[in-house]
Amino acid sequence: MTLLRPALAILVALTLLTGLALPVAMTGIAQLAFPSQANGSLLQRDGQVVGSALLGQSFTTPRYFHGRPSATTEADPENEGKTRSAPYNGAASAASQQGPASAALRDAIVERLATAGVATGLGPVPADAVTASGSGLDPHISPENAARQVARVAAARSLPAAQVAALLASHTAGHELGLLGEPRVNVLKLNLALDALR
Amino acid sequence: MTVLGWVAISLVLAAIIAAAVPLGGFIARIAAGERSFLHPVLGPVEHGLYALGGIDPARGQGWRGYALAMLAFNAAGFALLYALLRCQDMLPLNPQGFAGMAPYLAFNTAISFVTNTNWQAYSGEVAASHLSQMAGFTVHNFVSAATGMAMALAVTRAFTAGNLRQLGNFWADLVRMTLYVLLPLAVLLGLVFVALGMPQTLAGFTQATTLEGAAQTIPLGPVAFQVAIKHLGTNGGGFFGVNSLHPFEGPSALATALQIWAQNLVPFALCLTFGAMVGNRRQGWVLLAVMLGFVLAGTAAVYAAEAAGNPLHLALGVDAAQGNMEGKDLRFGQALVALFTATTTGASCGAVNAMFDSFTPLGGLVPLFLVQLGEVLPGGVGSGLYGMLVFALLAVFLAGLMVGRTPEFLGKKVQAREVKLAMLAVLVLPAAILGFTAVSMVLERAVASLANQGPHGLSEMLYAFSSAAGNNGSAFGGLTADTPWLNTTLGIAMLLGRFAYVVPVLAIAGSLAAKPKLPESAGTLPTDGVLFAGLLAGVILILGGLQFMPALALGPLADHFTLLAGKTF
Repeated sequence: MTLLRPALAILVALTLLTGLALPVAMTGIAQLAFPSQANGSLLQRDGQVVGSALLGQSFTTPRYFHGRPSATTEADPENEGKTRSAPYNGAASAASQQGPASAALRDAIVERLATAGVATGLGPVPADAVTASGSGLDPHISPENAARQVARVAAARSLPAAQVAALLASHTAGHELGLLGEPRVNVLKLNLALDALR
Repeated sequence: MTVLGWVAISLVLAAIIAAAVPLGGFIARIAAGERSFLHPVLGPVEHGLYALGGIDPARGQGWRGYALAMLAFNAAGFALLYALLRCQDMLPLNPQGFAGMAPYLAFNTAISFVTNTNWQAYSGEVAASHLSQMAGFTVHNFVSAATGMAMALAVTRAFTAGNLRQLGNFWADLVRMTLYVLLPLAVLLGLVFVALGMPQTLAGFTQATTLEGAAQTIPLGPVAFQVAIKHLGTNGGGFFGVNSLHPFEGPSALATALQIWAQNLVPFALCLTFGAMVGNRRQGWVLLAVMLGFVLAGTAAVYAAEAAGNPLHLALGVDAAQGNMEGKDLRFGQALVALFTATTTGASCGAVNAMFDSFTPLGGLVPLFLVQLGEVLPGGVGSGLYGMLVFALLAVFLAGLMVGRTPEFLGKKVQAREVKLAMLAVLVLPAAILGFTAVSMVLERAVASLANQGPHGLSEMLYAFSSAAGNNGSAFGGLTADTPWLNTTLGIAMLLGRFAYVVPVLAIAGSLAAKPKLPESAGTLPTDGVLFAGLLAGVILILGGLQFMPALALGPLADHFTLLAGKTF
């Protein structure tokens, strides 16, 4: 009994404090001070939510810049208990979890090289173009990866390549604070800007 | 590796040390019951908690009383969390309508959070309601960390004076560490995290229509606050399945740098708290320096291995400039991935900002080895310091054997009883890790959980039990851990790694506390100098690491050499 009362009292009281009162208070402050971030940094076009500035999404048509390969899956409706590939599934983040000596991974890279590796005269294919991201929702690609896609996007949209390249340049971010991370291009934002060119 | 990358690594480490210095002193004053600038606000809360629990904070407990109080609190925490997870479908704040967790999974998850492991056999955004995340996971992120700090303080007090009968009051330590240390830091960091892009809402998921017209789910929830304490408390259980890799849990390189800062802050600060409490600040710095040395070595090894890339893929014509990018997001860069990886495993946090399963074999060897060394570099919040003190006792014992003197540490004689108990604690890890791995590798239903074949498959299993027994929580994530066998055995490994370790350590503390504090003599081995730092590092490497060498040779090392030979599985 001498142990039960303090154990339960402290546990319940701290649950109410750190598990309910504080998260709710933090939510209130966050909603007032940073409403955009607190609600997922949503991007809208014509009043419709088209995605989040932080989440990548699947692009497959030649008119858009394509993000990195994504290993996310979804439940397979035709095969109970199994999953099927569903790139950029925001409801279930996932990586390939393929090991460094995985034959499946090597085969996937060979296949991706066949599409991403079309001759552009721009040097070897950057790694981010042929490897699956860790989250399956990576919003970014490298500037080198994007540069290889300029000709395709420009042709599909009947735009001068120089115009697409200029748009890409204006959407390329350097190291954060000049120091952290890597230079990168937010694919969704770039594609939104492309659509806005019309 | 780039110069810019090393500048970033150095700056983050400098920021950790710069904050650990004042925090270490602050924790020492709070532990002594002194007032602080936070008392006008939080003092009444503290006293309210004591009144509610019928606790007299000034009444000291011997090691048995302290240990029993800790065990009682953790048992209650386990029971409540298990019930919450099982019943989450009947409780409010479940906007996605998740079902109650299945028994094995709830058992594993509840143990995982109570023991500060935060192994994720579940995936947050498909299995845990907002209420479970807040009133379950967030709460245990606070109290399991505060429990670790309390035990570190109890062990520290054993060295403060001679002939002590008491190690402090568990309830007072628990409440004070939660209220005055973890809570204010988590509130501040949580707000910064929201500003950097982490959601903080009680609403459910929302839907977007992508530019190509498909529907995309945007997963939302009370993320930022839970992530703040997840790092500060070296817990590591992510709001989302892919942890700090998720763009909502690690939105930028700056956010990941702050998470590295947060998960190292308290473990490093506690070294300085130790120095302040035992009246020998140099001793605290020596412990810190040894930890920092290992962190730097681990970071360099991961950075070199990952930035070099995977030779199999480079041979196919992939550009080497970015290094190995499978299982990594672009925004963090290899330098911060390396520092995050070395510290999340050295620090017993277990959060990840890259997928270890897809690391190169040598890159993946480093986090595995750091977990197996006992997670004292710098270790979990509290558990790092008391784990390091066990190694320090063994180091003076070995030195004593070499010169034929009775070993002493900070004026306390280290004798047969303490060394036996220390070995009992140290042997828990290899017994749980190697024992369970060996059994699992010959069980068909366990081997079916492996995602990769060849030596890498062994690495997956070995990593799982290392992570569980070491109370780390990171994973070679390909392993399908949500099975009855793995949920049960990993749960037991987590319990052993936490409680079968710390109870002997508290017994050592009780035994040392009762001894007189001897004045230094000409024959005393100084433990606050470079010689001892080297000795301590050697003991950690040899005692902590050697027993795992055969397993590591069959796993990551075999993986490395078969890869170099061009073999795939």
